[in-house]
Amino acid sequence: MNLLKRLFGRQEPTSREIAKNRLQLVLVQDRVNMSPQLLQTLKDELIAVISKYVEIDVDGMEVTFTQSKRQSRLTADIPVVGARARR
Amino acid sequence: MSAIIITITSGKGGVGKTTATANISAALAMQGKRVVAIDADIGLRNLDVVMGLENRIVYDLVHVVEGACRPRQAMIKDKRLTGLYLIPAAQSRDKSAVSPQDMIDVCEKLRPDFDFIFIDSPAGIEQGFKNAIAPADQVLIITTPEVSAVRDADRIIGLIEADEKGPARLIINRLRPDMIQRGDMLDTTDVIEVLAIDLLGVVPDDESIIVATNRGVPAVMENNSQAGQAFRNIAGRLLGQDIPLMEMEAPSSWLRRFSRLVRRT
Repeated sequence: MNLLKRLFGRQEPTSREIAKNRLQLVLVQDRVNMSPQLLQTLKDELIAVISKYVEIDVDGMEVTFTQSKRQSRLTADIPVVGARARR
Repeated sequence: MSAIIITITSGKGGVGKTTATANISAALAMQGKRVVAIDADIGLRNLDVVMGLENRIVYDLVHVVEGACRPRQAMIKDKRLTGLYLIPAAQSRDKSAVSPQDMIDVCEKLRPDFDFIFIDSPAGIEQGFKNAIAPADQVLIITTPEVSAVRDADRIIGLIEADEKGPARLIINRLRPDMIQRGDMLDTTDVIEVLAIDLLGVVPDDESIIVATNRGVPAVMENNSQAGQAFRNIAGRLLGQDIPLMEMEAPSSWLRRFSRLVRRT
């Protein structure tokens, strides 16, 4: 079965893959001690601050924690639409 | 002689701390080393039954700490393996009977007489865990390839780093090659990638561990136990021997090899 699934392209991820993905997500939260809700608040406040200076594409914005080894890194990828007209 | 003090811990309960402590200690004694295993799980002692020494307890760790006896008097000598000793935990007390400094003091008294001191940590991250890691020169973390155990291991790794006891090394216990082959269990690479720490060894899920525990004889003393072999390998690595990870073949390994071949092309 396994082999057939592999040969004909597997649609469903294995429980091993699901476990690994869930672990990676939950460990990012555990390590920085931040819930998804708190991350959303952080994101909202970032938008508010940055929008004061430049116009940004809020929908294209990505704020994530990444891991390299055991070091957590907060990465914000924010597309800029244009500079705000200076008053 | 000056012992290396090694604490075995996990965060989650029931993943094999006590089994690992008993087996690695016994394996090192089989290699001619002088080893004392200390059960730091006060109130829930178990290392004595796993090692098969439960009938000879007179004094325990709390007696030593409170000065009711000398460390030597609380050491139970394993009659089957020269050089192997156990200091049992107290059964009728709780974790607060011992402090981190007490553990350091006891271990320093024992250090000149041994090659290795192993400390079997209780589960959790509270006082008992803090007691167990206080004297450690090295920490071994044990986990199983399950989401809950790996998550708790990660928490423990963070605490050990914060305590500057790191870098800890990992033992993955109860691996099932058949389930990995089906895609239903995290494999060694997955766990190491997620936890980002060094691997010391991998132990297969093996009925012989239960049989050995039933008998009170460490599995490393059985020649045909796969898990026993894995623990002997771990002991060898602690002695600096270069031992490759054990090949764990699932029952129908030809199918796996074939499917690997298919995926590669």
